[in-house]
Amino acid sequence: MNSHVKSELIFDKSRNGRRAFAQAPNAVKASKIPSKLMRNDKPRLPEVSEPQTVRHFTRLSQLNFSIDTQFYPLGSCTMKHNPRACNALALLPEFAGRHPLGPISHGQGFMSCMFELQEMLKDVTGMKGVSLTPMAGAQGELAGVAMIKAYHEARGDHERTEIICPDAAHGTNPATAMMCGCQVVEVPTGPEGDIDFDALKLAVGPKTAGIMLTNPSTLGVFERRIKDVADLIHGAGGLLYYDGANLNAILGKVRPGDMDFDVIHMNLHKTFSTPHGGGGPGSGAVGVNDRLLPFMPIPIVGSKQVEGKTLYDWLSEDDLPQSIGRLSGFMGNAGVLLRAYVYMRMLGCDGMKRVSEFATLNANYLSSKLQEAGFELAFPARRASHEFIVTLKHEARSLNLTAMDFAKALLDKNYHAPTTYFPLLVPECLLIEPTETESKETLDNFVTAMIEIATAAKKGVEFKDAPYTMPVRRLDDVKAARQLDLAYQPE
Amino acid sequence: MPFIPHTEKDTREMLQTIGVNSIDDLFDEIPTELKIDQLEHVPGALSEMEVSRFMKQRAKIDGSPMCFIGAGAYEHHIPTAVWDIATRGEFYSAYTPYQAEASQGTLQVIYEYQTMITQLTGLDISNASLYDGASALAEASLMAVRINRHVKSGRVLLAPGVNPIYEQVASAIAGAQGLTFERLPTDITTGNVDFDLLPKDSDPVAVVLQQPSYIGTLDDVNRLTDWAHANGALMISVVNPISLALLKAPGHWGSEGADVAIGEGQPLGIPMSSGGPYFGFMTCKKKYARQMPGRIVGRTTDLDGNLGYALTLQAREQHIRRSKATSNICTNQGLMVTAATIYMSLLGYEGLVNVAKTCHHNTALLADGLSAIDGVERLFEGPFFHEVALKLDRPISSLLEILANRNILAGLDITSFVGSDALLICATETKTQEDIEVFITAFSEAMASVNTNSA
Amino acid sequence: MNEIPRDLFYTKEHEWLRCEDGGIVTIGITDHAQAALGDLVYVELPEIGQDIDEAGEMAVVESVKAASDVYSPISGRVLTVNEELADVPEKINSDPYGDGWIVRMKPMNNIDESRLMSPDSYQQFINDLED
Repeated sequence: MNSHVKSELIFDKSRNGRRAFAQAPNAVKASKIPSKLMRNDKPRLPEVSEPQTVRHFTRLSQLNFSIDTQFYPLGSCTMKHNPRACNALALLPEFAGRHPLGPISHGQGFMSCMFELQEMLKDVTGMKGVSLTPMAGAQGELAGVAMIKAYHEARGDHERTEIICPDAAHGTNPATAMMCGCQVVEVPTGPEGDIDFDALKLAVGPKTAGIMLTNPSTLGVFERRIKDVADLIHGAGGLLYYDGANLNAILGKVRPGDMDFDVIHMNLHKTFSTPHGGGGPGSGAVGVNDRLLPFMPIPIVGSKQVEGKTLYDWLSEDDLPQSIGRLSGFMGNAGVLLRAYVYMRMLGCDGMKRVSEFATLNANYLSSKLQEAGFELAFPARRASHEFIVTLKHEARSLNLTAMDFAKALLDKNYHAPTTYFPLLVPECLLIEPTETESKETLDNFVTAMIEIATAAKKGVEFKDAPYTMPVRRLDDVKAARQLDLAYQPE
Repeated sequence: MPFIPHTEKDTREMLQTIGVNSIDDLFDEIPTELKIDQLEHVPGALSEMEVSRFMKQRAKIDGSPMCFIGAGAYEHHIPTAVWDIATRGEFYSAYTPYQAEASQGTLQVIYEYQTMITQLTGLDISNASLYDGASALAEASLMAVRINRHVKSGRVLLAPGVNPIYEQVASAIAGAQGLTFERLPTDITTGNVDFDLLPKDSDPVAVVLQQPSYIGTLDDVNRLTDWAHANGALMISVVNPISLALLKAPGHWGSEGADVAIGEGQPLGIPMSSGGPYFGFMTCKKKYARQMPGRIVGRTTDLDGNLGYALTLQAREQHIRRSKATSNICTNQGLMVTAATIYMSLLGYEGLVNVAKTCHHNTALLADGLSAIDGVERLFEGPFFHEVALKLDRPISSLLEILANRNILAGLDITSFVGSDALLICATETKTQEDIEVFITAFSEAMASVNTNSA
Repeated sequence: MNEIPRDLFYTKEHEWLRCEDGGIVTIGITDHAQAALGDLVYVELPEIGQDIDEAGEMAVVESVKAASDVYSPISGRVLTVNEELADVPEKINSDPYGDGWIVRMKPMNNIDESRLMSPDSYQQFINDLED
């Protein structure tokens, strides 16, 4: 990491008349488009050379933390190693160059991978059908809730418009329910991190469309009464939605389908290690049980036998007339799906199980070490799943050391900060998820860094102005929001 | 063990620290009856060498045909530097830039991206991108409802040339919130809006025009934009970013400019890759900034007064507003936007103009050559950018199959959309004069080998 | 800190209400509320002429880390809104009971003082929250 590198904008390097023409074809004669449809202003794009461009963006990359360069214990985000082979193989020229509307005669290789990915995802989730089309977790959620609504409506059950969410749920859950035209009913969490079952009983009724759950929950513990929850919701005529954000915790060990969930979205960019890319692309494939099969988003890859050979084709409106429809321009984030496919093939059936085993081992080891070092766990009586919560409420009060300060101090120790201030119901929390791909040495060094910060704070060192070693100091968020500067304007 | 670094000794010591005997003990809070022993449909592991060989075999099945299909995804040359840099681990394996101080690289790239895309579209503000062009129309429509709060109709009027898939996607995503999508009347000779038949008192919340249209035509953007504003609607433009090197920017449509511009970002350096990942761009007038969905990066200063970048206007988003957020979206297509920013930097405006003009020129050559064949004519009169719809007197599916067998993807069958036998073709800058001649000859031969519809 | 003027009524949602001449009321958020939210960056105001029910959503105040609904303490019609907040939301931080007022309303019914809190009971309410 190059600290304190002041970076110019690419526009600062621009000079009138400078070209990198090797990159574009030679100009051809004028167009036949009428002048009233043509633009007569010149958009200000940079005029720079290839060497300048390469250097500029390479330098910018060096201002980032990334998994390839730092430990990233970011709870709920599953920042594990992204194998390079997955990227290289998804970008083989035939795959990268394939037009999405190309005929299936020129797509059997790609489509066979997608069909097999659907089958493998069905297996690891215990569901009956999978659609790969949602382009991110939040879109998978939208698809899931839309299917729940479509199911009730197809049965003439029009009054079911309430979606139950625990108060610890990801913010996307209530936001999704609203987008689907539902009302959100929030239920509280009990003292040990399970859902408050009595409160849930009161929340359930004839208007219940379904419940959205993450299990293990965002509090880093397994919902022990999941079967009772399922019976209660199903008994009332509602359906269960599984938010797959924490699937890494149970991969190959426990399946949402076996917990009686009706629909699930998976975050392939978490569990199946496709890149986060500085905020995307994601991929939010959905899985459903028998009840919701007719409502799956399209397209889906189907297969049939033709003259003794398997032929893959697209299932569309004609095959699934009750489908909730299309969610993307083509078939979703195909390139991300290919990366996930390669990852799953490299892990194989035994590798799947090892993911959750070692993710859980790392989380429990790290939580034990931190507890031993004097940090307070939010749920000390519980087994950690693949992540756990440290609360700094005492440190915040006695040392004026907030979770935010702690996070920024960790950056100076060359660790990415854990997730802070989520879940909202644990005060001053750090949600820590080490993932299975980190070594014991890394975890031990991280514990040492945590102890060093806490010790320094006890000696009176303040971290209000941290970080000190990053390319910039703490940024003025208030100014950013009040004086919006969202695009460069030359002086 | 692939990607897991633990030695047996590590595992033993770690279990001891935790105070359990085995890894299985760590799952003791999970009811036993829920646990499974073995996955049944996931095959055994492949090594990197094995999986590489296997994937290359699969890729070879698909081959590399000569492609003349457009319809929303376009084959353009992508400078090598684009993905060389975008897939550097520091970009590729970074998370969303919530910790701004440790994410200045990604944040500055997005700020530069926002600047470039506002320049191309002629509007003030851009977000950090959405999933793709189709879903961006859903988000833009929902945004129109928030801005046009007093219009209760929920009616979004689409010009005839809006991509039908965009309509389906917008309807699937935004339909639950009471939005309906209706088509404006078509002038059948031009394929464009029939201005004589525009509805009266339709009370639309938004009007959507795609330029160039799905069927390749160019419409009177000024007139429809002014009509939309006169009818109290928000004007949403759907545009192709490469075409904006030549065509009027949405911010300059009509007397006031379009209010929101969206589109598919794929042409800006993203491989076609069977449909994704791409990115949807969205820009708007400054006064609508707070109604914009998705992430936005702003420039600000740090404690020392130096310039820096951070996510801003986050209080609109799901992680804070929960059920009252502008959208449930969390993702922007960060990696794709990184590639697009490098692409736009390498080409510059002049480079984009060259690409756009070459696409236009090649498509004109192709359209002229094909129209000279007996039984082929242009479906619509009027100007086009880099796609043209052709009317054929032979069954299109047979023609496409014959040409596919010769490794030529001859275009997209849009018969069901236009209601008569029609083929949509596109020739980008990647096609040489020779490619075009090969295609015309092959097409002519294919036509000769198929009976006419009337026969 | 935590100034609580004597001439106002308060709610559990941390709004204040002042009875003006002519049966009009002015409404804003309390010093305690603005301090808890932090530096405000945006205020979403209701439309003039809009009818709002008691406990209905009246405005939204946003800081960089939180967005909070402001609920109407009474049922009534919006007469004026503090337009200056659109450009200078920080007025709520600097002067919550003065320049940082949010709306003026015409109440639907007579103000039922028993449904509001006095300065003393609001002080007690805050003390209880902080324990």
